[in-house]
Amino acid sequence: MISLTPRKEIPLTLTLMTPLVAIALTLVVGAAIFGILGYDPLAALYQFFIAPVSRPYQVADLFVKACPLIIIASGLVFAYRANVWNIGAEGQLILGAMAAGFVALTWPNLPGPVMMPAMIIAGMLGGLAWGMIPALLKTRFNTNEILVSLMLTYVAVLFIDWTVRGPWRDPMSFGFPLTPMYADAALISRVELPGIGRLGQLHWGVAGALIFALAAWFMLSRSILGFQVKVMGDAPRAGRFAGFSPAMVTIMVMGISGGAAGLAGMVEVSANIGQLQPDISFGYGFTAIIVAFLARLNPLAVIIAGLVVALAELGGDSAQIALAMPKVVTGVFKGILLFMLLAGETFNRYHVTFSLPHRARMQGDSDA
Amino acid sequence: MLEDLILTVLMTSVPLVYAATGELIVERSGVLNLGVEGMMLMGAVSAFGIAMVSGSLVLGVIAGGLAGMLTAALFGILVLGFATNQVATGLALTIFGAGLSGLLGAPLIGHAIEGLPVLRIPFLSELPTVGKLVFSHDLMAYGAVILVAAVAYFLKRTRAGLVLRAIGDNHDSAHALGYSVLGVRFMAVLFGGLMAGFGGAYLPLMLTPHWAEGMTAGRGWIALALVVFASWMPWRVLVGALIFGGITIMQLAGQARGWTIPSQFLSMLPYLATIVVLVLISRNREFSLANSPACLGRAFHAGK
Amino acid sequence: MIATPRPSRNQSRSVLLNASGICKHFGDFTANDDVSFSIGEGEIHALLGENGAGKSTFVKMVYGLLQPDSGQIEWRGQPTVIRSPQHARELGIGMVFQHFSLFQALTVAENIALALPPGESLADLADRVRRMSAEYGIGVDPDARVHNLSVGQQQRVEIVRCLLQDPSLLIMDEPTSVLTPQETGQLFDVLRRFSEAGVAILFISHKLEEIRALTERATVLRRGRNVGTVDTAGQSSKQLAEMMVGDSVGDIAGQARPDGQTTALLEVASLVRPAGTAFATPLRQISFAARAGEVLGIAGIAGNGQDELMEALIGEWRGRDADVIRIDGVDITREGPSRRRQLGLGFVPEERNGHAAVPNMTLADNALLTSHSLGRVVTRGLVDADATRAMAAEVAGAFDVRLPQENPMASALSGGNLQKFVVGREISKRPRVFIVSQPTWGVDVGAALSIRTAILDLAASGSAVVMISQDLEEIFTISHRVAVLYDGALSEAMVTADVTPERLGLLMGGSAAAAGLAAEAQA
Repeated sequence: MISLTPRKEIPLTLTLMTPLVAIALTLVVGAAIFGILGYDPLAALYQFFIAPVSRPYQVADLFVKACPLIIIASGLVFAYRANVWNIGAEGQLILGAMAAGFVALTWPNLPGPVMMPAMIIAGMLGGLAWGMIPALLKTRFNTNEILVSLMLTYVAVLFIDWTVRGPWRDPMSFGFPLTPMYADAALISRVELPGIGRLGQLHWGVAGALIFALAAWFMLSRSILGFQVKVMGDAPRAGRFAGFSPAMVTIMVMGISGGAAGLAGMVEVSANIGQLQPDISFGYGFTAIIVAFLARLNPLAVIIAGLVVALAELGGDSAQIALAMPKVVTGVFKGILLFMLLAGETFNRYHVTFSLPHRARMQGDSDA
Repeated sequence: MLEDLILTVLMTSVPLVYAATGELIVERSGVLNLGVEGMMLMGAVSAFGIAMVSGSLVLGVIAGGLAGMLTAALFGILVLGFATNQVATGLALTIFGAGLSGLLGAPLIGHAIEGLPVLRIPFLSELPTVGKLVFSHDLMAYGAVILVAAVAYFLKRTRAGLVLRAIGDNHDSAHALGYSVLGVRFMAVLFGGLMAGFGGAYLPLMLTPHWAEGMTAGRGWIALALVVFASWMPWRVLVGALIFGGITIMQLAGQARGWTIPSQFLSMLPYLATIVVLVLISRNREFSLANSPACLGRAFHAGK
Repeated sequence: MIATPRPSRNQSRSVLLNASGICKHFGDFTANDDVSFSIGEGEIHALLGENGAGKSTFVKMVYGLLQPDSGQIEWRGQPTVIRSPQHARELGIGMVFQHFSLFQALTVAENIALALPPGESLADLADRVRRMSAEYGIGVDPDARVHNLSVGQQQRVEIVRCLLQDPSLLIMDEPTSVLTPQETGQLFDVLRRFSEAGVAILFISHKLEEIRALTERATVLRRGRNVGTVDTAGQSSKQLAEMMVGDSVGDIAGQARPDGQTTALLEVASLVRPAGTAFATPLRQISFAARAGEVLGIAGIAGNGQDELMEALIGEWRGRDADVIRIDGVDITREGPSRRRQLGLGFVPEERNGHAAVPNMTLADNALLTSHSLGRVVTRGLVDADATRAMAAEVAGAFDVRLPQENPMASALSGGNLQKFVVGREISKRPRVFIVSQPTWGVDVGAALSIRTAILDLAASGSAVVMISQDLEEIFTISHRVAVLYDGALSEAMVTADVTPERLGLLMGGSAAAAGLAAEAQA
């Protein structure tokens, strides 16, 4: 039996330790699972967490992998802080990429200074529009945003599939489901340092992601808008008492998180792929959920959490190549990590004591 | 031809009935487990693996149920023992289940097995039309109907069902009366996992005789929507599952008949239909809240 | 069964329950410190004490919901560890809770079945409930769904549920806090009949007159300690009050009453609000005016529309018609809370945690909660953290809010301190109109005194105060005029000094006609 007594104050060290302990325990449990399945646990962990960053350019690639995660999670933080459960970021990412792709493919001759901002805005609007559907259905009809945003992800996957096989397919693609390549102005360029040259795949979108996370942190911690979000999530009734509108906050956070996911989709395509295809995202929209929680819903911590989770993603690739593990194995790590974090949250908020069932007596409250 | 179509509709709805009925019991106890998809996948991969190794479909189904239950136990310990956020924990369970099932199922890809033996009822199954439609299904399809009836009876007529409903309605009062809120909820979560596991097992054993990563394709989530659609009433789950089965089959039938609508749009139908149904049900607050458990999703710890 | 009276043994009543040296701690907080208590068969015994004195903790231990840290409980002379509520019920201990423990979605019969041992069919049980209900004139329909019942009816369900368990000890935790004086009288009649039938009744209250009317002996708790057990007949209310509070009871002196008719600052005309859910009360044509310099009390039993009225006044719920609510002549009917605050309203709703304050936020953030629309602390969308901290510290200083550390979480404050903070937060803005619900609910005597003084000071400075309160003593102590809310309708406002508690009680019970007669008889 487990009994919980609420803590009065949460020590800062505990707050900082929780994610670290969660990561450590995840490694232990993950190793055990590998062992049970007949893989060499140490070799597996090496492939997962050391091999992907054993060369300098690989560290740069880590940032590239983390880029969409950081952008999406920075937006999701707003939704989750407000207790709005947008889990359809994957679909919003796809719609954002498609909206940006529409601009790039329809007006391929736009000059660079116009093209890039237009694509950024289109990407954000595309994600925002897809996020507005669950938001408006929730505020208008009281539907569950979890289910609607998730269903819309399946719809988005099918939609882009149809688009790139049908109306947007490049006639020169020899039947492959691909759109034409974007014009140069529509591509995000690689970072080139004088004297060093390129750092792996590092592109300017990464800088954008870091700025985005900082802006999100500033907005959440300093602005009245962020305050609204936090109050609504913590105590909705107090939020209404303060004069905030639950419907507005729902729409706002779905808009922010949808827009962020759309932006991530635009960046991902323009920086790494250069054209639309059926698979533009490797579940970034879902993985970002874990990033947001690992960061304990703090946009600054999202940067670090994004890098940690990106490492596990790259690790999945390297384990697939080196040990012939299926790619989905990263999902196991992600799931365990999320479990550990959630349990860690409990250790944060409560004194947790374990006892044998027959001795476990109910904890009581103080006199009312 | 029409008979075959109806048969396929029925078969498509069977896994939904299992998963949604299990989740219905979980939610009636006041717990929201969003991990149905993950539990179904674990059930599917375990069922397929065991059936292949042992050659016994019955063992496969049992293994699927147990795997779902084991996955659910993980959820139960976190959500009930550690009072973690139910939404986040459910999501974690789905991510975890999808990953682990993929890992376990990697060696199974490319293999195939045959379906459960169809339980035919002598004489009756030989009747024209009716015989084929009503009396010639596989065991698990009959099981689904029996399950719904049993759950309806349990909730309405038994004392244990009353206790379960009471705990979902007001866990503090139930605790004050001395009922074990966490104990009952844990049992409900395990039952939900068992049913999701059965539902998952049906997919590779009956519907498509092979295993594929993520083969549930959102059925777990549709099952969750079905519970809302059913407004927490067991018999309505059956109706809802048949409607969804019909929509799913309609797209396949449409493709087979060469409808001009692109297949992607037909494939969207079940998901769009879920959204439409959610809107129709949720817009009527009184109706949708009439049976909705008041404590749904709220953590309980004694003495709060 | 209760129906068959047991032979009375009024001479040498044997001791039913004897508790000695009971201690209970929650962390560093001592809820019960060496409490001793005993009750005999068929006795009606009061447990008296302020909010927070440890009464509920003690009875929860008797009912098996909590275990004492030390001390001993004897049941019928045998040392007994009461392991759980089921165990308590097996022993013959029943309890009616202060906050009802009924299941709203279930029927009356189902609710009762849950408290009884299994085995009986619901149909048989429903018959038994009907019989008992007829026998005692309790009027409970076993097939009704609980959420359709009134508060008084729900309490009767609770009582029937206890009695069907055939208890020898019935614990009642503040049963009259939701009843009108008339309903209270009926309840007491029923309780006396049970006592005659041999059922001991442990009656928890902090209302002295009730205790003197009903009980034979009273045990008084103060800050978790047993102050003594007395025969209630030999004690005046004042003596009991002194035992309960300790030092001599404070009073609010120099209550200045506004002279004659001053200007109406807040006017409400025919406020109508349909019931939002099956559990809510509709508001029916509510009209009143709060004048400068006065405290207008709004009395009434819980659940008669207080929450709905408060939401309408705050602006959390807004009507569509024009000119229903006006402040200083300005129509605010369709304005939200922020705009209303800008126009000089201040609000303190009943529930501190999660409504008036966010428990998991600091006091500075909680100060921001009601001042973000008033300029100063928010410029161009950004919060001035220093200013909100200063504001919170100022409120804490001015209203004697004791802080465990600098800028703590709201949840780290005790109930009384947090209440002082949320009241002080509004009063320090000197609102033209101050609307407060249950200002001293669950607050210790010292804090209650300072809150009431602050409210009166605000009124004396020329503001209008509307105070929704279920505490009649509070209404009589500080309101200049009083109106009664019953079933969503509000009576005419009357000058408090001219109203008897009896008339107020009749109005609170919905007997407007009888109340009119009482007034005439008075005249």
